[in-house]
Amino acid sequence: MASAPSKLYSDDVSLVVVLLDANPFFWAAGAGGGNHPAATLPFAKFLDHVIPFLNSLLLMNQLNQVVLIATGINTCGYIYDSGNGGPEGSDNVSEISSEILLRLEEFVCKDRKIGKGTERAMGGSVSSLLSGSLSLALCYVQKVFRSGAIHPQPRILCLQASPDGPEQYVAVMNAIFSAQRSMVPIDSCVVGVQHSAFLQQASYITGGIYLKPPQLDGLFQYLAAVFATDLQSRNFLQLPKPAGVDFRASCFCHKKTIDMGYVCSVCLSIFCQHQRKCSTCGSEFNQAPREPNSASDTIRKA
Amino acid sequence: MARGGNGGSGRKGDERTKNEEEDDEEDEENGGRELEAWERAYADERSWEDLQEDESGLLRPIDTKTIAHAQYRRRLLQRSVHGTSRIQKGLIRYLYVVIDLSRAASETDYHPSRMSVVAKCAGTFIREFFDQNPLSHVGLVTIKEGVSQCLTELGGCPDSQIKALMGKLECSGDASLQNALDLVHGYLSQVPSYGHREVLILYSALNTCDPGDIMETIKLCKKAKIRCSIVGLSAEIYICKHLCEETGGLYSVALDEPHFKELLLEYAPPPPAIAEYAIANLIKMGFPQRGAEGALSICSCHREAKIGGGYTCPRCKARVCELPLECRICGLTLVSSPHLARSYHHLFPVTPFNEVSHTLPIRLQQKFPQNCFGCQQSLISHGSKSNPHVSCPKCSQHFCLDCDIYIHESLHNCPGCESQRQQGT
Repeated sequence: MASAPSKLYSDDVSLVVVLLDANPFFWAAGAGGGNHPAATLPFAKFLDHVIPFLNSLLLMNQLNQVVLIATGINTCGYIYDSGNGGPEGSDNVSEISSEILLRLEEFVCKDRKIGKGTERAMGGSVSSLLSGSLSLALCYVQKVFRSGAIHPQPRILCLQASPDGPEQYVAVMNAIFSAQRSMVPIDSCVVGVQHSAFLQQASYITGGIYLKPPQLDGLFQYLAAVFATDLQSRNFLQLPKPAGVDFRASCFCHKKTIDMGYVCSVCLSIFCQHQRKCSTCGSEFNQAPREPNSASDTIRKA
Repeated sequence: MARGGNGGSGRKGDERTKNEEEDDEEDEENGGRELEAWERAYADERSWEDLQEDESGLLRPIDTKTIAHAQYRRRLLQRSVHGTSRIQKGLIRYLYVVIDLSRAASETDYHPSRMSVVAKCAGTFIREFFDQNPLSHVGLVTIKEGVSQCLTELGGCPDSQIKALMGKLECSGDASLQNALDLVHGYLSQVPSYGHREVLILYSALNTCDPGDIMETIKLCKKAKIRCSIVGLSAEIYICKHLCEETGGLYSVALDEPHFKELLLEYAPPPPAIAEYAIANLIKMGFPQRGAEGALSICSCHREAKIGGGYTCPRCKARVCELPLECRICGLTLVSSPHLARSYHHLFPVTPFNEVSHTLPIRLQQKFPQNCFGCQQSLISHGSKSNPHVSCPKCSQHFCLDCDIYIHESLHNCPGCESQRQQGT
């Protein structure tokens, strides 16, 4: 029922929830110069690419809606929602950008204030709370689904700079599966140093686009050409194909990427060697691992 | 205008969750026989059920949202009572769904018949089951004319199971519980010891016509640690109850179609792991990589040459099309890491949220946040009174009721807790 009436509405009206990475550690790293992406593209310049992109999304269709969520290192929060604009349609371009900049500044201050005291303990490269902003975005999208049979087509765009945080793995995967179930594509544009395995999987599983622009000077062009089109029109475009996603697992004991390993039957923890006891759930394994064809019992003592 | 083809229920539509809407869609697809318009008014819309009497005897529409939320909370609390103490769940399940296609299944007390309702709900159940237990296996068995037949073998692909079921939908003769149990017992005794053996019987008949002593069969099932559960469609039967009690399963009887579906879907989340039932073990698994685009290879599952895609078994290098499965050549269980991750939320559930009392004095209520932390919906209704809402005991953010349901049923993350840096990690 969700798809048919929304087609009546119009299939090119989109709701884009943009997750903006405001990780201070990443954006400050550019000050030292060198090859770091933040050196060629400081945060202020980055916003010079992103805000016009948001405006152009709103220009494409007067019913389009844009929501901006900032991903910090200590908190996440809503920055801007074009649906909350004044009733007289007073939101002109300069007002929108000044509102975004103002709210973003407040957010960065708040993020820093919450993090006071813990900063020193965290060390150099800190990941942003991607799982938090993804969860917020999905809650918002659900509200749009609930608003009735007529709603814009939602999608999520992650503008990610900082590296993945391994401790968020379960939460990020939960969010990805939930997005997959409600058929919300997660697009990702990575401006950081390395590829993001989380977002590669997110885009692959939910059917979104993953892109790591090679030339950050032209970020706006990438955004406008790849991520601005609505889901319906994407069918007619030649968009970047997924280059191959690594679905191999990493073991819980040494964090090595493995292509064969042992999995606990109770909690599905992954180990690269045979264990006596599961370190996650505490189950004891008294039998040798089941090997269908070979009888290589490594720990048989009797 | 808003809801083409289903006029009349537009008012209710706004309040429904998306989930229910999906169900509606299936209802319409599988409706089969065309109903007359006047019939439809009674059969589908059940307009009288939308009304209830209040204390003074006046009729008023039911507040579906509050009821749905109350139902959900009951489910959630039930689950957390079972699940909080330990994080061990039977995540690797071998389940046989036994479908009674005896004469009784042609009764029309369910609309259009018991059989088609059972088949439709079983289809939904199998999809939901694989969504929640990606590493599990399901097989289908039917009972017809006193004998039971294996419709599909244990497997991991929902589509082929559902297709097989829909193709074999006719009923006749008596039902035999014993024959079905014997058959299933034979299959399940070959299952590896770490797997949880389960049988779910969807039983329409009021009797069982057995060749021997069913009590012996029940003892055998108990010995083989097969957990038997039954969902009845007619009335409670002693032998069913006895079977379920003996083997540690659950027995329930459905009142009507929505209730039947609800009962059935309760079997989708994994049961707590019971040490006597399945021995914890380490299973050797392979994590194949996706093959290069454009490479030509012969796949081991369909035995035909295919170009590109596919996965390569890390042990014997055979090509397979889909995951998860057992390699046809070397028997290694092949999965991808997202399959494992899909089950992790069972182990780390979101703590149930506390209801925020709205009987507190206004002065106190004004200290509450005005918007839902998740979706920014206003929590303040007319005046300055706050709507019923909930708050997370860990991060003490406030959420609206809709987000509460979504967070616990689908997202499995608390947005508030995820938006905080965890200490010590």
